[in-house]
Amino acid sequence: MSVPFLLEIGTEEIPDWMIEPALAALESSFVQLLATDRVPAGTIKTDATPRRLVLRAAEIPERQPDSEELVSGPPVSAAFKDGQPTGAALGFARKMSVEVSALERIETPRGEYLACRKLTAGRATRDILSEALPQLILGIPWPKTMYWEGKNGARFIRPIRWLVALLGGDVVPFSIAGVASGNVSSGHRQLGAAQIPVTVEDYDRQLYENGVIVEARIRRTKIGAEIDGMLADKCLKAREDHALTETLTYITEQPTAILGSFDPEYLSLPAEVLVTVMRHHQKYFSVEDDGGALAPHFIAVMNTNADPDGLVRRGNERVLRARFNDARFFWQVDQQKSLADRVAGLAHVTFQAKLGSYLDKTRRVQKLARKVARMAKADPGPVERAALLAKCDLTTDMVKELTELQGVMGGLYARAQGEPDEVWRAIYDQYKPESMEDAIPATVSGRLLSLADKLDTLQGCFRIGLVPTGSKDPFALRRAAQGVVRILVEGKLGLPLSKLANGDAALVEFLLDRVRYYFKDVRGFRYDEVNAVLAAGAEDLTDVESRLVAIQAVRPTGDFEPLAASFKRIKNILRQAGYTGGAAIDPAILEAGPEADLHAAFERLRSRVGRFRKKKNYEPALEAIASLRPQVDLFFDKVLVNAPDPAVRSNRLSLLHELFSESSAIADFSEIVTTQ
Amino acid sequence: MDTFQDVLFKLKKYWSDRGCIIQEPFDLEVGAGTMAPETFLRVLGPKPYRVAYVQPSRRPADGRYGENPNRLYKHAQLQVILKPSPEDVIAQYLASLEAIGIDLKKHDIKFEEDNWESPTLGASGIGWQVMLDGLEITQFTYFQQCGGIDLDLVPAELTYGLERLTAFLQGKDSVYDIEWAPGVSYGDVRLADELQSSVYNFELADVPTLWKLFGLHEGECQRLLALYPDYPQKHRFPVLPAYEQVLKCSHLFNLLDSRGAISVTERVAVIGRVRKLALGVAQCWLDQQTAPAETPEQMPAGTAEIGQ
Repeated sequence: MSVPFLLEIGTEEIPDWMIEPALAALESSFVQLLATDRVPAGTIKTDATPRRLVLRAAEIPERQPDSEELVSGPPVSAAFKDGQPTGAALGFARKMSVEVSALERIETPRGEYLACRKLTAGRATRDILSEALPQLILGIPWPKTMYWEGKNGARFIRPIRWLVALLGGDVVPFSIAGVASGNVSSGHRQLGAAQIPVTVEDYDRQLYENGVIVEARIRRTKIGAEIDGMLADKCLKAREDHALTETLTYITEQPTAILGSFDPEYLSLPAEVLVTVMRHHQKYFSVEDDGGALAPHFIAVMNTNADPDGLVRRGNERVLRARFNDARFFWQVDQQKSLADRVAGLAHVTFQAKLGSYLDKTRRVQKLARKVARMAKADPGPVERAALLAKCDLTTDMVKELTELQGVMGGLYARAQGEPDEVWRAIYDQYKPESMEDAIPATVSGRLLSLADKLDTLQGCFRIGLVPTGSKDPFALRRAAQGVVRILVEGKLGLPLSKLANGDAALVEFLLDRVRYYFKDVRGFRYDEVNAVLAAGAEDLTDVESRLVAIQAVRPTGDFEPLAASFKRIKNILRQAGYTGGAAIDPAILEAGPEADLHAAFERLRSRVGRFRKKKNYEPALEAIASLRPQVDLFFDKVLVNAPDPAVRSNRLSLLHELFSESSAIADFSEIVTTQ
Repeated sequence: MDTFQDVLFKLKKYWSDRGCIIQEPFDLEVGAGTMAPETFLRVLGPKPYRVAYVQPSRRPADGRYGENPNRLYKHAQLQVILKPSPEDVIAQYLASLEAIGIDLKKHDIKFEEDNWESPTLGASGIGWQVMLDGLEITQFTYFQQCGGIDLDLVPAELTYGLERLTAFLQGKDSVYDIEWAPGVSYGDVRLADELQSSVYNFELADVPTLWKLFGLHEGECQRLLALYPDYPQKHRFPVLPAYEQVLKCSHLFNLLDSRGAISVTERVAVIGRVRKLALGVAQCWLDQQTAPAETPEQMPAGTAEIGQ
């Protein structure tokens, strides 16, 4: 019989951002546990609030299925003598606790053997869970754990305070760090009872009545619906912020949105500053009017069900007022000293112990910016100026207080101080793209500055051996490299990768890793296409992109994959023959028929393919190559490459080699994984 | 409406009723209640301990000449140490807020991840900042390590920011407008101190003198620590006075920092020097706590077990 299962791990408040990965790990180890013990899992569902991780299975059999095992004993030849069981047979029967007559005979490759069918009754699922759950729970991986019962005690993200484990109507008994499992949960800290007996069936309802919405999905929807509801008739809307919604979903057990206001006079401060204060420091949604301009309101999400007297709203308004006052003070004080006057002060801000101060970095980035600007045939003037001023905002009070605004503040101060558009925008965007979702800098100068800044960090860290290993990447070099790749591709900057890496082979390889990740996981190209294209050259990433797009377009056509399979064959033949090319094809000794036909078809196409390639018009080039398929197929069908006559043989290898080189400037087709 | 001092009285009474010794503020300059020996040293070793005290905490760089409504050179913390942490520690903490008149049913409380670390003290912990209607009112930490030593009896440390808590209760936008005692504002009591200390810390403190003092206190501490291994009667050894030298160094470091006298490259090295002293003192203290006492009469005073 199958019964439902409920596990609730009750803890003190877990950091919101760790919850979803923890649930995924909990679910997968639970599935694995059941699989190992041959218990069919059924539907599994996980949920969480900051104070509880919940796993539920709709139906789990109460018992593991019985198992049957065939244990083999002595060979029949040694088991009986004159029709009577020998000591070997009797011993085996005794060991298996059966009569000799109950033994079976089985055929094996080594002859006929005695065997005993052994039945093992399945264990109670409750016992299996009871044994396994403590390790399973403590095995959830967390970014940082703590101990609370002495330094050799259990480690978890925060102290475990209660455990609910119910299989049907029964408690699955176990204990962790002195907490025994049971059927008693705990409600919302302010709105519910501290101890609530629950059953699998009434769990959600009991918790709901005690102020807890167990499902994240419902909390998330509640937040969205309440925000929409309170703004609907005001011609206002909240700025979409997925990450903030997730944070608030997992930092509350009973989220309720409230609308607060601030004095419109603060709107004279840059919107970036106001939004950052609201979002990062107070976890508020900012609100805008019909025209997209910031409105003097904010939305806070409480972890309780109501604010009847407006106390929570007024409290939040007061906190925001104090923070805005600080920001206004910084905005005014910071402008008493221009960015240009702050350059010298960068000598006192360390970039990295071995790589010197931010002044040192500024000098290097200026030089690098000039270099990349020249390579990109852009005006180096604005980029160099932007590079000079780029890090100066690190010495402003605003950035010291609101570090998330580095770069952005520099841009805003530069604009206020009359720097040209190209310059202040470049400073403003210098850290972009900060994530895969973030856009690359909007202007050419911005792209070049961001590129130079990231390359300087990468080159420097690689030079002193600070190369990321595993999950350790304290200088966020992967993100920097990803930014370089995206700026080059999406900014259409065809700059040579090896020069950008300053000839550092390890750095080139590191960048190529990001190139592969970008094209495969972000852009969705197939891995073999990426390998094929990169094998044909990876210096210019805009060219890599064009070739990938062409391959992707040609791949579904009927001739492409079979041709790719033939090219794999060509590559193998050339490799086995140790042929590296060089010899010209001698048309005189081409055999009439498939060989001459292939050669003729190839010659007809060759110059056309070359022209397309030169213009980076890769799709028609590939289509032309693919149109050779019938001739190639016929060639392999009818012609023996390894001809007895060495001259003929070598001529055929030359033909294949030229065919191969013509296409492999676009992609190494042999890397394409074909179904044939 | 409760005055600033009413809030202090009530919180002290609350924790006194829960088995805490109510200590007086430590009488040297410290940057936080954690640095007072009642926390830094008492959390070490196997003896349970419960204590609460108000600690004026000095952060020279945070001074604003009394002009900023929320930032102070010297603010008051209520520091509570519960060693070991009771299972219902959060419930006890929340009840302390009710004890000063906060009706939890009408307010929003959130626990936001905030792990605490002090490189100078070799101390770290796991915990939260407690947010009341969007205002950070308390730092809540489960100590994991102190003086570089893993703690076996894990203490909970509650640090209440008393000025902001009272400003919240009194609905004031500026800490200087808080009513300290009936008819007396926080500004009446403290404004001159904030102004004058800011002038000293930012403008007049003599950098060479500060460096010299730093060196002297560091030297004295090192001298004492070097004597410990061969010191015959361990319980008589002046660990506490050695620790006071560490605190002097720490405060001088903060002063030098606010004077802009410590370059970024020096910074790490100077923190390292203070940390080395703090770790040395922590080791001595722990050793002294666990060293066999010579005779019962010679047991060091103040180590009686106090707890639940």
